[in-house]
Amino acid sequence: MTETVWRYKVNPRITQKVGEAVIWLAGGLTLLILMLLVFYILWNGLPQVNWRFLSSSPMMMGREGGILPTIVGTVVLTLLAVVIATPFGVATAVYLVEYTRPSRITEMIRFGADALAGIPSIIYGLFGFVFFVIRLNLGWSILSGALTLAIMILPTIVRTSEEALRAVPDDFREVSLSLGASRWGMVTSVVLPAALPAVATGVVLGMGRCVGETAAVILTAGSSLRLPTGLDSPVRTMSVHFYILAREGISDRMAWGTGAVLVISILAINVLVNWLAVRLARRGARR
Amino acid sequence: MTAEKRAKFTIRNLDYSYAQGKMALKGVSLDIPANQITILFGPAGGGKTTLIRLLNRLNDRAHSTQMSGEILLDGQDIYAPGVDVVDLRRRVGTVFALPIPLPGTVYENVTYGPRMAGERDRERLAQIVERALRQAALWDEVKDRLGESSAELSGGQQQRLCIARALALDPEVILLDEPTSGLDPISAGRVEETLQQLSERITIIMSPSSIQQGARLADWAAFFLMGELVEFDRGSAVFARPRDRRTEDYVTGRFG
Repeated sequence: MTETVWRYKVNPRITQKVGEAVIWLAGGLTLLILMLLVFYILWNGLPQVNWRFLSSSPMMMGREGGILPTIVGTVVLTLLAVVIATPFGVATAVYLVEYTRPSRITEMIRFGADALAGIPSIIYGLFGFVFFVIRLNLGWSILSGALTLAIMILPTIVRTSEEALRAVPDDFREVSLSLGASRWGMVTSVVLPAALPAVATGVVLGMGRCVGETAAVILTAGSSLRLPTGLDSPVRTMSVHFYILAREGISDRMAWGTGAVLVISILAINVLVNWLAVRLARRGARR
Repeated sequence: MTAEKRAKFTIRNLDYSYAQGKMALKGVSLDIPANQITILFGPAGGGKTTLIRLLNRLNDRAHSTQMSGEILLDGQDIYAPGVDVVDLRRRVGTVFALPIPLPGTVYENVTYGPRMAGERDRERLAQIVERALRQAALWDEVKDRLGESSAELSGGQQQRLCIARALALDPEVILLDEPTSGLDPISAGRVEETLQQLSERITIIMSPSSIQQGARLADWAAFFLMGELVEFDRGSAVFARPRDRRTEDYVTGRFG
């Protein structure tokens, strides 16, 4: 073959430079946008945030006063949703990875999880409203909201736990079985502890979604500004509060304040979990 | 086999193939004598590892394999329906080619098997740890380091830890698949000594890391070539005066 081959002769050092610049720009821009966003929210919101803001109830629909009930609402709703979803999600992942061979059923479960993950949250809200609030007569309540959020984050927890379990070296399983462990013994004594840090990451992703969720929460947990007294109480989360304050033009000032607290809590959760995961992983490696 | 030696494992007409359709074992029949070292050797792909993994049913985890023939342990078919696989694996221990300590301390590693079997008594566990580590010739080196991470031991110590871990269950048989392949010669030597001592009470079935190691350790030796058992006899006979031409070629280094 003696065809003419066209080559663009560019100095490799120049391509290298250009490539570096593009990558650097992309990374820098991402960071810049993020920082601008966080900075803008904090700039507008932090002046409102003080102890009174965090520790007192709103007055005049939120025009004055603080946001304590919405903090409580966010924490309770998120924790309950995670507590409900995590055992189910991890158990599903264990079933998929440790107890079955790839088959049509596991394919269906996986497809279902992926499909669920892609559904807009307001559809979950609608389902929760129709099923939990009306059908099961749970009303607008912490329970309805938490169950709805639990279903919403279940796919995330299943898929991240599944990846976490698959990442555990198969050698550990063989050693465990060869030493006379039952499959259940193997899973609980070796596989789950080794997968724990990565599983925790999935749980935190779910937490983040719960804290930030608005549509599904309004439809299922309501938007009451009172402090909840039980699982049947309606609550308002910070995200919902922010939405209502801004949407109904009640108070931009208070909305920014709520936004600032929201952003800080999400950052705090991320930092905490990162720290936890690193610690767990280090302990896992050291052991 | 001579009459005075009792067979621990009896293998009859064993065929085995993996999903890809390649026969890993073809018509293997073999009596593995109790309380002796039996060496399974031959070039790679000969079926040694497969056979070892079949003897305690670790290959149950592989997908769509085909097996025919029988494997008897003390006369009992280990593939018969209703056989308790967990119990089988407690009787037939395994040591893998590379040391794979489980995450955890030395103590936790050695007690893993007994704990999985439901042993909770601290005193008895402590006794098991000392006995198993002594049998694996590791006690003196780690008796003050039982609470340390097993990852901090040297490679040779880790492999002896894996042997101790298998011994903690007081097995009747230990299967070893090239147990010294990742070790330096001194560590390998210690493991070999350990195995020789153990073979007075335990049946040892092993694929060696080298022909020389096989010849040093073999009470009995089986030569495998492409899934077939070519020759099985006392180690001294197989390595010094092989009957089959192919065995002779391999032992004298003409191929492999």
